[in-house]
Amino acid sequence: MYPKELKYSKDHEWIRVEGNKGVIGITHYAQHQLGDIVFVELPEVGDEFAVNDSFGVVESVKSVSDLYIPVSGVVTKINEDLIDSPELINEDPYGNGWIVEVELTDSSELDQLLDAGAYEASLD
Amino acid sequence: MSTEGLELTPLYDVHIKYGGKMVDFGGWALPVQFSGIIEEHQAVRNQAGLFDVSHMGEIEVTGKKAFDFVQYLVTNNVGRLVDGQVLYTLMCKPDGGIVDDLLVYRLAEDRYLLVVNAANTAKDWEWINSVARDFDDVTIKNISKEIAQIAIQGPKAQQILQRCTGEDLNEIAFFYARENFPVGKFRALVSRTGYTGEDGFEIYCQRDDAVDIFELLLDAGQEDGLVLAGLGARDTLRFEACLPLYGNELSEDVNPLEAGLSFFVKLKKGDFVGREAIQKAKDEGLKKRLVGFEMLDRGIARTHYPILVDGKEIGFVTSGSFSPTLGKNIGLGFVASEYAEIGVNIDIGIRNRAIKAQVIPIPFYKREVK
Repeated sequence: MYPKELKYSKDHEWIRVEGNKGVIGITHYAQHQLGDIVFVELPEVGDEFAVNDSFGVVESVKSVSDLYIPVSGVVTKINEDLIDSPELINEDPYGNGWIVEVELTDSSELDQLLDAGAYEASLD
Repeated sequence: MSTEGLELTPLYDVHIKYGGKMVDFGGWALPVQFSGIIEEHQAVRNQAGLFDVSHMGEIEVTGKKAFDFVQYLVTNNVGRLVDGQVLYTLMCKPDGGIVDDLLVYRLAEDRYLLVVNAANTAKDWEWINSVARDFDDVTIKNISKEIAQIAIQGPKAQQILQRCTGEDLNEIAFFYARENFPVGKFRALVSRTGYTGEDGFEIYCQRDDAVDIFELLLDAGQEDGLVLAGLGARDTLRFEACLPLYGNELSEDVNPLEAGLSFFVKLKKGDFVGREAIQKAKDEGLKKRLVGFEMLDRGIARTHYPILVDGKEIGFVTSGSFSPTLGKNIGLGFVASEYAEIGVNIDIGIRNRAIKAQVIPIPFYKREVK
């Protein structure tokens, strides 16, 4: 449910870091709490965000939720499949349901994030 | 979820047992979903769903003047009902604002049952009592706490419920009900009504019988794909069928004509609370009207989002959602009357951007009647 190789934020985003880039999505817990996701608003490639900025929105049948970026960075890729298939986030939150890739501005921010064990312990 | 301070229906433990995701719904602990809103929604459209709606309020009106009183209280014509018939209606303030929408059951000439929205039960109780002061020989009783309500809705609802009773359900027509109807070893008021746009039944039973009846129906529906359904699916189902929701489409700031409910207002039936104001609003021309719209650009309209034309606010969204049946993003909202025409292009203000939409016919969904 919470892969060991990822880092997690308290706002239920995950990041998979490779070199100076990181792929970001929302956790299993978040997608489960939201329920059926029916709409995703994505940023554009080149958009720049500071840590904890809202970088997009996910909407389930009942709710509208901001996405908060776990590290500062510049968007290098967005998952365009989510435009027509937002349910990928429910089905595969750590795989096909990824949301954006960013180039990290300050990799030291990663130290502020939780590992899988600490994240899981923070739930309920 | 902590249930401290919340009202519990008799089915609370059953919801927990079956994995219901409980939420605080207007002071009641109720399941918003079980397997998932979309799955439950589709099951109700295609097979059947089982809902706990015990939070609804039930008010009994009896006495020699019961008819006169109810006829004066509500906007629709109670005079056309026969015993066992059900009427959808509004009750209004003298200024025409909607106090609540409700079902009126004529159980006998001198005995009516009013079924009101849970969140309004206390307000309605006070309102009904204040109107009743001018009537002798009317007794009003709030029996909400004694009564549980279970809804079974969907094209398979009848054949599932039929397995639980020796009486023929074909004898209960749409918007009719039978008292003391056998369900398993129990007796209940069985009503062919609902809030989903599908065929189905609402079963009013004694609080103590609710768990057994619920489990009985659930068992009986296994082979037909009956699912447990929560408030989330109840909302998307009623929304597609354009059945109004108090607090969204309806409020004390809206009159029934503005809400598109003129069919349920009989201005010629004789005097009733709000008649004069509603007649006047009609004569002067309505300022706003409820319309349905479809999103043309990407976005989901949500309650209270502004409706814009050329950047000017001309109304607001009352309900909006992804429609599981149509696979589109649609909404309901009030607009200034001049924009209430099919095909009019409007924008919905979503996070400070104008997103294109268009007024379309309602209801969005209507079941095919065999």
